[in-house]
Amino acid sequence: MDCVATGGNVKVLAKAIHSLSRIGEELYLEPTEDGLTLRAVNSSRSAFACFLMSPLFFQRYQAPPDHAFRCKMPIKSVQTVFRSLSSLERSVEKCRIEMNTEKCRLRITLHCKHGLLKTHNLSFQDCENLQAVFDKDNCPNVLRAQPRLWVDTVLHFPPSLEEVSVSVSSDRVWLRNHVEDDADSSKAMMTELCLSSEEFDHFAIGTQTTITFCLKELRGLLVFAETAGLPVSMYFDEPGSPVVLNVTDSVLEANFVLATLSEEAHQRNHNNNKADGPQTELPPDDFMCDDIDSYLIAMETSDLAGPSYEPPPQTSSTNRKSRLISEEEDEEVEEDSEERPPNKKFCSLFFGSVLPASPQPSNQTIQSQEVLASDSEDERPSE
Amino acid sequence: MIQYLCLICNCVEQMLDGGEVTVEESKCLQANAFIQAEIFQEFTLKEDVVGFQVNLTVLLDCLTIFGGSTVPGVSTALRMCYNGYGYPLTLFLEEGGVVTVCKINTQEPEEPLDFDFCSTNVTNKVILQSDSLKEAFSELDMTSEILQLTMSPSHPYFRLSTFGNSGNAHYDYPKDSDMMELFQCTKTQTNRYKMSLLKPSTKALALSCKVSVRTDTRGFLSLQYLVRNDDGQICFVEYYCCPDEEVDEE
Repeated sequence: MDCVATGGNVKVLAKAIHSLSRIGEELYLEPTEDGLTLRAVNSSRSAFACFLMSPLFFQRYQAPPDHAFRCKMPIKSVQTVFRSLSSLERSVEKCRIEMNTEKCRLRITLHCKHGLLKTHNLSFQDCENLQAVFDKDNCPNVLRAQPRLWVDTVLHFPPSLEEVSVSVSSDRVWLRNHVEDDADSSKAMMTELCLSSEEFDHFAIGTQTTITFCLKELRGLLVFAETAGLPVSMYFDEPGSPVVLNVTDSVLEANFVLATLSEEAHQRNHNNNKADGPQTELPPDDFMCDDIDSYLIAMETSDLAGPSYEPPPQTSSTNRKSRLISEEEDEEVEEDSEERPPNKKFCSLFFGSVLPASPQPSNQTIQSQEVLASDSEDERPSE
Repeated sequence: MIQYLCLICNCVEQMLDGGEVTVEESKCLQANAFIQAEIFQEFTLKEDVVGFQVNLTVLLDCLTIFGGSTVPGVSTALRMCYNGYGYPLTLFLEEGGVVTVCKINTQEPEEPLDFDFCSTNVTNKVILQSDSLKEAFSELDMTSEILQLTMSPSHPYFRLSTFGNSGNAHYDYPKDSDMMELFQCTKTQTNRYKMSLLKPSTKALALSCKVSVRTDTRGFLSLQYLVRNDDGQICFVEYYCCPDEEVDEE
């Protein structure tokens, strides 16, 4: 792999890495013929982010010719390279990223003003494929707005706020802070904003619903979208299904997939806030009798080594809504978390391990994006 | 002129190298500051050479006795007096009409370390504008224990390298860069210096506008920072650092 980004695109790349650093501790890098993919997942695996920089984003782009290659490295070490955005803007003219598989080094070279050359040789590890399974195109609800609108909206919520609820009707959107069920309602402060559909570039609501998700990752994406000046789209379905935040340009695409609170938790929340306007307009919940915490974003993890790739066998969109968490998996998720204990309601994860298959890594991303959760156990033996 | 410098040099030497402990214990680093008489509004010296030693921490505490805050328009005036051998160093500090008098006991000056860094033994020398090094030093990977310096008449000319947890990094300055004011390298030299020893010098780097980097035949490093104050007057801060270990030259 060998690619060169110039001018403003270096800053875009740096911003992408900074916003990924808000998601997880490790950066997953995969050069394919479709472009350079940068991914991160949080420790509880309830949030996943993926940037795809197309070959046109780069002045020069060469994917590894023969085989699929992917690696991961601590995102901090990559951030070190792009540490100061102001100095990047001021002095960096060109950024070259090369992969040296023999030496197991990712070389990032920054060509700066006055001929200064900064070369960083970062060590990396081989890694499994990391891909969240989501299908934004079949989401009935789509909101698209300029980053400014999202930033101005999010600004009203205190930085400490973890989760935000979004309710939609046919012509309005409400955002409010999510209050824990057990929170003392006399002390809790509610912040609620109402946006008219006219504020959005695109406003398509198929089902009136309310979803709750973490604000941190949205903020992370907004940092990127604002710098890039690109509109942010939000795709979502019903509570428990992941919300997809998307930024698309002709040369890059970013998708942030976040778990949402399950129906049941919402229902309780609704009951707590009966007086609120928007909720009374919402249709009744269909799945309120359920006691499982949430639906899942499925994560596939597959081995590197295999020569070929096939989509996971039992994958079909009908599986999307199946509930996948068993007690066992729940525990595993908790063990996995290091940076912050996952909110139980967001432990919506599923690990499927698939041995990779045919040499079509370039399609893999797209394929698996359309593939939905398989509801089997986490370790799948080789086929 | 020389006499003037010596007095100040002796007293400030310890100020900038982080105290006599650094100099006397590790014996790997020495810092000297040369402050010209013109910096002072008034400068009187009765003897040819005056030398003494004071505790650096105490001196710094006294100099920042008004808090050392940088409120615009408010500055502390200083008068420094020394009566001769055995007398304390007396500081008069004034800010907003309040005067504080500090007396610091002076000590017998210890023999300063002689790094024997002689310009005839210098193999490589470059002078850089500080801005380019400031950026590099602010970004250096501090998980690396050493900073490796390569100076060479051919590629990579002037290279700073670190070897940290996440990999290694090289900063290359070509000899024809705008930032390079002088480039005199006769032989390829690669030496390693302890990051912990070089770290204190970044304070002087931050204040400076130019820096001269020299290495001698033994691999000893001399860093000279040219510091220009608001009135355009010039001071020098100089560091000598001994190499960490021998590195095979390619």
